Amino acid sequence: MFPQQFNYHVAPYVKDFVDWLNRACGPAFDAFSNSMRTLILNIDTVLLGVPWWVWIILVTLLAWRLTHNVIKTVLPGILLFTIGMFGLWSIAMETLSLVIVSVLLSLLLGIPAGIAMGVSDRVNAALTPLLDAMQTMPSFVYLIPAMMLFDLGKVPAIVATFIYAVPPVQRLTNLGIRQVSASIQEAAVAFGATPWQLMREVRFPLALPSILAGVNQTTMMALSMVVICAMVAAGGLGEEVLLAVNRIDVGRGFEAGWAIVVLAIIIDRLSQGSVNKWESPRN
Amino acid sequence: MESSTYLLEVENLWKVFVEKDSTLHMEDYLSGSGDVNGQVVAVRDVSFKLKEGEVYVIMGLSGSGKSTLIRCLLRLIEPDYGQIRVKGQDVTAMGLKELTEFRRTQVAMVFQHYGLLPHRTVLENVSFGLKLQGVKHKEREKRALQAIEKVGLLKWTKHYPEHLSGGMQQRVGIARALVQDADLLLLDEPFSGLDPLIRGEMQDELLRLQAELKKTMVFVTHDLNEALRLGDRMAVMKQGLFVQEGTPRDIVMNPADEYVKRFVQNERQVSLLTETAEEKKKVSNLTPLIGGKQGKKAAGSGR
Repeated sequence: MFPQQFNYHVAPYVKDFVDWLNRACGPAFDAFSNSMRTLILNIDTVLLGVPWWVWIILVTLLAWRLTHNVIKTVLPGILLFTIGMFGLWSIAMETLSLVIVSVLLSLLLGIPAGIAMGVSDRVNAALTPLLDAMQTMPSFVYLIPAMMLFDLGKVPAIVATFIYAVPPVQRLTNLGIRQVSASIQEAAVAFGATPWQLMREVRFPLALPSILAGVNQTTMMALSMVVICAMVAAGGLGEEVLLAVNRIDVGRGFEAGWAIVVLAIIIDRLSQGSVNKWESPRN
Repeated sequence: MESSTYLLEVENLWKVFVEKDSTLHMEDYLSGSGDVNGQVVAVRDVSFKLKEGEVYVIMGLSGSGKSTLIRCLLRLIEPDYGQIRVKGQDVTAMGLKELTEFRRTQVAMVFQHYGLLPHRTVLENVSFGLKLQGVKHKEREKRALQAIEKVGLLKWTKHYPEHLSGGMQQRVGIARALVQDADLLLLDEPFSGLDPLIRGEMQDELLRLQAELKKTMVFVTHDLNEALRLGDRMAVMKQGLFVQEGTPRDIVMNPADEYVKRFVQNERQVSLLTETAEEKKKVSNLTPLIGGKQGKKAAGSGR
């Protein structure tokens, strides 16, 4: 046994700190919470406002544009149909709106941060350990501070998902910016490019394939985290899984799991396809 | 000011590459007290002057500092000491803004590895410098097309660089430099990556363009043949130092030291071999080789 006299807890201090943070920055947190909630609500309304068959047609058309392959075009539509068939349509849309908001947040902060890392070795050295920590920590852990600061519901889910999903896009942006060939940059500078022009005309566009790969990764990670966020009452497909697990209802669990996989496949294929489409005009 | 008779003047230029933990004391080098450990002198007290319309070739093996020197001229690499004047303007004293303006209007460079933008078409690549200057789209395209026509790539304007052969890519590089309308052209081993046949063709092309445009050029190469064909004057560089400067003919006939001699030896042998016995007396007359003015003959074979 570990000797009793060495027992020491930091839990009360952590709690005090979070309480203090809540008191001191309460209004700011509230404002953030409210704007996030409205954003999610609006997106949810739009997603549900579009009839299910329009979604299926849209996805099918997009798949055709991207693949020009009959099987790859028909399959996403059929898969999407099964979600509705299982009665999970609106729940899936709820999950999708959470994914969209957290991905938007991740890109909004992750891409500029990644560019800063690509430009400055200092910023890179400062942020890399942070990203490492964000990626190695079990995803549940983010739920705790997020929940403490933003209560239960969709907002802590977004915050936790953001922390979990932002590293890939940030890292791949950094990588992409750094990989731009030195001789191309040199030529641009020789023709009188300012640092800003160099970024806008040369470095960013050449880093774009890498950045888009990061967007794809971030989206997939957001989807997996959003499901876990059912633990802080975020709702959506994760809640179905959670309920099924609690009630040992294998059948219901399978249907919810199926719906998650379908969403993942469709989002992945379509975003992957757009990345390839973007790169191909040269070929 | 007498200085204004020269387009480019370089005076006592030094560039020393310094390893992380050593500091550079220029005075030590200037007083000639020997090199410091951990510091590499890439350009050592180099001076030269170019009149307008002159083609000046800097020749040396790799690592001789010639690429560093040409980069110093527009401060892609910051020189540590010395002065560079273009049309009387002191490039070394320019602030960032002036320097950007100088790079946009006074000078244009052609690179060994082309440095083309892979995500831009030939047309967009050639007009890139104008875009940086803020020239309007229509005007940009018009001027770019003129430059592309000069290098004979009009059929390829909509293509991306990776569709083009090395020689064609370098034509794009040359067009991109021409469109700037700068008086001073810097060419850093532009044809070194090309196979011999194409290289010869590109040299002809450059001579043809030069006959027409009369630019002032600094041309860096490691190929003596190229130096002889293109240069009005040339310098041989070794470990950062100009070991000899003069007309190509001077350098071939009177090499200053062993290094230059080794460089030109081959050339002399080749020229001796090609002469028949009765022409041997003309060996000293290397003009057909050095010529460079045979551009007219090659003019038609550009494409």
